[in-house]
Amino acid sequence: MWETVGLTVKLAATSTTLLLLLGTPLAWWLARSRHWAKEVVATVIALPLVLPPTVLGFYLLVAMAPGGPLNAMLKPFGIASLAFTFPGLVVGSVVYSLPFVVNPIRNAFEAFGDRPMEAAATLRARPFDAFVTVALPLASPGILTGAILGFAHTVGEFGVVLMIGGNIPGQTKVLSMTVLDYVETLDWAPAHLLSGMMLGFSFCVILTMTVLEKRLRRHLR
Amino acid sequence: MSRIEARFSGRVGGFSLDAAFTAPDQGVTALFGPSGCGKTTVLRCIAGLERMDGGYFSLGDGEVWQDGRVFLPPYRRAVGYVFQEASLFPHLSVTANLRYGMRRAADRGVAFDEVTELLGLSRLLGRSPARLSGGERQRVAIGRALLSQPRLLLMDEPLAALDRISKDEILPYLERLHDALSIPVIYVSHDFSEVERLADHLVLLAAGRVTAAGPLAEVLADPAQPFCRRADAAVVIDGRVEAVDVAYGLSRVSVAGADLLVPDADPVSGARRRLRIAAGDVSLCREAPRETSILNVLPARVEEIIPGDAGQCGVRLRLGTDGAGAVLFARISEKSRDALALSVGEALYAQVKGVAMVDFRLPRPDGAAL
Repeated sequence: MWETVGLTVKLAATSTTLLLLLGTPLAWWLARSRHWAKEVVATVIALPLVLPPTVLGFYLLVAMAPGGPLNAMLKPFGIASLAFTFPGLVVGSVVYSLPFVVNPIRNAFEAFGDRPMEAAATLRARPFDAFVTVALPLASPGILTGAILGFAHTVGEFGVVLMIGGNIPGQTKVLSMTVLDYVETLDWAPAHLLSGMMLGFSFCVILTMTVLEKRLRRHLR
Repeated sequence: MSRIEARFSGRVGGFSLDAAFTAPDQGVTALFGPSGCGKTTVLRCIAGLERMDGGYFSLGDGEVWQDGRVFLPPYRRAVGYVFQEASLFPHLSVTANLRYGMRRAADRGVAFDEVTELLGLSRLLGRSPARLSGGERQRVAIGRALLSQPRLLLMDEPLAALDRISKDEILPYLERLHDALSIPVIYVSHDFSEVERLADHLVLLAAGRVTAAGPLAEVLADPAQPFCRRADAAVVIDGRVEAVDVAYGLSRVSVAGADLLVPDADPVSGARRRLRIAAGDVSLCREAPRETSILNVLPARVEEIIPGDAGQCGVRLRLGTDGAGAVLFARISEKSRDALALSVGEALYAQVKGVAMVDFRLPRPDGAAL
């Protein structure tokens, strides 16, 4: 059972790191760009919010199948197949959790407007310098929210894992799947334990997020 | 003396701008006009925050920031920009805000301690911007801009967002800057009293176009401009304190063509003073009155008689028996004009009932005036 917990945390941590690395520049572009296509991109990112996880999982499975487009892209990096592997789960989690990370960060970037970046530019800061020293700190409450939501969401993900994970112990068997296994075999005690842990974890995450965000915001006012 | 040269024409949003002017590369140039006339847009173009193709800007010493081929981005222009709202970085302390531009600037002409002393920031250094008053915030913003070692300081109505008390608190600091630093300043304002107090040079803007430009006193005295027709018309004259009379609290201020006795709260011999004389406080007489309570009765010559309204008219005078001194306005009734039979070129006396010093100096902490 602890193997599943470890695997779940590893999956969530890896996905969150990737989500921040990918989501922050994406959110910046969405917040600042005047490109006509940006709302189209934003819509694509938001799709996992409304799609049934099974539908999303189905498309991911198709993309990850041997000979599928994702696999073809990853072949040069020595990854033969993504379906039913840990890297596959990471890819799935990133896609699934992306809107939960991008939206709060985008909102944070939009909230402070152009002025701080203009002030930084007149103080000799190049765009990337200003992004790191001004935009990121100012958006830190949003980035924190995004990171926590991304992490929590990956921990709680079920439908996508069901479709592309395959429930392989030590590789793709995460918490949510394990709970299902226990319930199906009428093994109530461990099901209670795991579900209780998830409940406590979720409660703590939301509470911590609210408190931390309030703190940061007060500091930035 | 070389001149700053600016030419910007084009559209920004729905606004069309076609402004060209030159300004001396020292002292304060005020960009004055009603709200929405394009003052801020001009300033943003100078800083490179707004990109206008076909614009031109040079500092006058051969350094071109943009022309048909070149467009330097804002971070490559040695400009200090003070926004209407202080726009400090809320995540940084006052010190870190002040050092932000300083760390990134190439040279080190303006020193940290000099600026913090000049702007009275020493007490505030460890604080967070959230814990400053509006006036303090704006002073930090000015210090931050100065420490980025600008070749040109741009100020976009730095006082407009402040209440009366904060304004009065910050104006003396601006005057101090004017005296202590040799960086040219372009100062946007729609408040004429600020212009009178701070500017050496004036550029008038209306609907995106420059309608007049020149030294402040000249533009104010230009009959083609609306100022001299207004009921509250006034001139500003720069002079120097020649002698002080401590017993009566008066300074004798020498200006072109005359010496004036002016009430002075902080008389310092040799100090530069700016005087403001309202046209309504000047009356004319053909002969020098022998016994009068008026301190300043000055020989002058009539240069022009400007038709007014409501039975009033303006008279533009030049101080001095030869009529070669500074310009003075008198606002008199049309009846007096006809009774005196005023004619252009004639010599007479101007009685000045009220003279105000517009730039009183901030005393230094040790009590001596700057």
